[in-house]
Amino acid sequence: MAYVNFKDKHYHHPDEAMIHSTTVDLMYVKRDFPILYKPVHNQPLVYLDNAATTQKPQSVIKALYSYYTSKNANIHRGVHSLSEQSTLAYESAREKVRQFINARDAKEIVFVKGATEAINLVAQTFGKLAVKKGDEIIVSELEHHSNIVPWQILCEQNEAILRVIPMSDSGELQIEQLDAMLNERTKLLAVSHVSNAIGTINPIKRIIQKANQVGVPVLIDGAQATAHLGVDVQALDCDFYVFSGHKMYAPTGIGVLYAKKKILETMPPYQGGGDMITRVSFKSKTVYNQIPHKFEAGTPNIGGAIGLGAAIDYLSKFEMNQISAHENQLLEYATNALQQIPELQIIGTAEHKAGIISFVLDDIHPHDIGTILDQSGIAVRAGHHCAMPLMERLGINATTRVSFGLYNTFTDIDRLLSGLQNVLRIFKPN
Amino acid sequence: MNELSELYEEIILDHNKNPRYFNNIPEGSNRTAEGDNPLCGDHYTIHLTVENGIVEGVGFEGSGCAISKASASLMLESVLGKTEMEATELFKGLHGMLTGDRSHESDSVEFGKLEVLNGVCKYPMRIKCATLAWHVLNAALKNTEQAVTTE
Repeated sequence: MAYVNFKDKHYHHPDEAMIHSTTVDLMYVKRDFPILYKPVHNQPLVYLDNAATTQKPQSVIKALYSYYTSKNANIHRGVHSLSEQSTLAYESAREKVRQFINARDAKEIVFVKGATEAINLVAQTFGKLAVKKGDEIIVSELEHHSNIVPWQILCEQNEAILRVIPMSDSGELQIEQLDAMLNERTKLLAVSHVSNAIGTINPIKRIIQKANQVGVPVLIDGAQATAHLGVDVQALDCDFYVFSGHKMYAPTGIGVLYAKKKILETMPPYQGGGDMITRVSFKSKTVYNQIPHKFEAGTPNIGGAIGLGAAIDYLSKFEMNQISAHENQLLEYATNALQQIPELQIIGTAEHKAGIISFVLDDIHPHDIGTILDQSGIAVRAGHHCAMPLMERLGINATTRVSFGLYNTFTDIDRLLSGLQNVLRIFKPN
Repeated sequence: MNELSELYEEIILDHNKNPRYFNNIPEGSNRTAEGDNPLCGDHYTIHLTVENGIVEGVGFEGSGCAISKASASLMLESVLGKTEMEATELFKGLHGMLTGDRSHESDSVEFGKLEVLNGVCKYPMRIKCATLAWHVLNAALKNTEQAVTTE
């Protein structure tokens, strides 16, 4: 079987240095992720597409296996033992999420499919009620489509206006313009914590403060943040914070909407069905369940929630700032190395960035780069990264994007660099 | 590397670097169609001048990867001078070759240089890159037919 033998430690010095520089051995984290040992085109996999989705540690896979082999039953209904165990496991995952983002109350944690569903939920419940004709919603120029389109739909439904915080050439939000944009018609501000396309860490604390000063609720799209930065929703004081499990080492199909209790309680239901009601009648008014169940119609992704809980347990083995520091080192090393390639231009050079680098390489199309790198077992993302307005703003069609997770190493970056030399050999032979 | 050189053959790289009939609108252009691949953002517009059922002039505009651009360039080179029917047959034959649907296989279709596009078959994610321009061509050829029927 072809795989990297980590015991041999035949690695470049930065990785060796890292072994000694961190208390918990992040170098060996790779071992917790079985898929990273799967050869791709007969080469050890270098997975640099973590902003799209992360790989799953053995403990998360085990949690799913264990749930389906020993606990599976529907929740909040049965009186039998399995249903009780399943309910306990599901609700304990909710409590883990609460702790992870430091919410006040587990009732403020709504399980959804992912960040996209969470934003749609807020748009179609809170938004539909709060936003009237002529009102305004603010987003930013660097948003993922999932934090644009739900608001465009709402604006069309309610005849409201979508306003956009502009971005500088380096990929930083021009938040000094926010003061002039916020007014009595602004009903919500929705902005991402970290840009998925270019890695900018937005100054969300300042943005939230500005909005709160004039009483405007704020939704933070944390899809690219929760696996990489510590998140404390009480310290941030945002009204909504949304994220996806699969981008933080948990399974796909599970995500979280955090909303302040006082807001969640005023929101109408999103979908109707089982579990979101206390009483249904044709003769009298149907009574909805308490929060958060009111927003979880139908049998939820129980296994997924338990998997998310296991991913949080896994992340809790480390300090979040340790993970950030590790990914920062990778970012710095990769940025410096990529800048040595004269034909390469990094897109997005904000001062504060997470472990995401977008770049263009001469006139070589990112899809060709992606295919050639893949032949060397290197997985990257090529395209517009579901952020077409951002691409439009920068005047480019597509970029190649590498994004780091806690298991990436300096060796991975060295492999990327030699892969890019291969691309140049094919496309620019002279 | 070996497999890659089957995909990025010299002729593909050449047509990517120096696409034929690129940014060209042929004189008397009377058929235009555009198409895109929403998954990757590749976008092409194809212009044809069709006189008496013969493709007399060709040109294309747009942007995309090496495979899509080379495919468009090779395609226009090979349909120039052909009858509409021949061009349509070439589209069907090539589409069949790339997607594995051999229902339109015909001995009369000669691929010539276009055989080079066959290298994409080993890269399922890239087949749509190679077929994009061909779908646009097909739309351009059909467009006028539709216009004719509505009139």
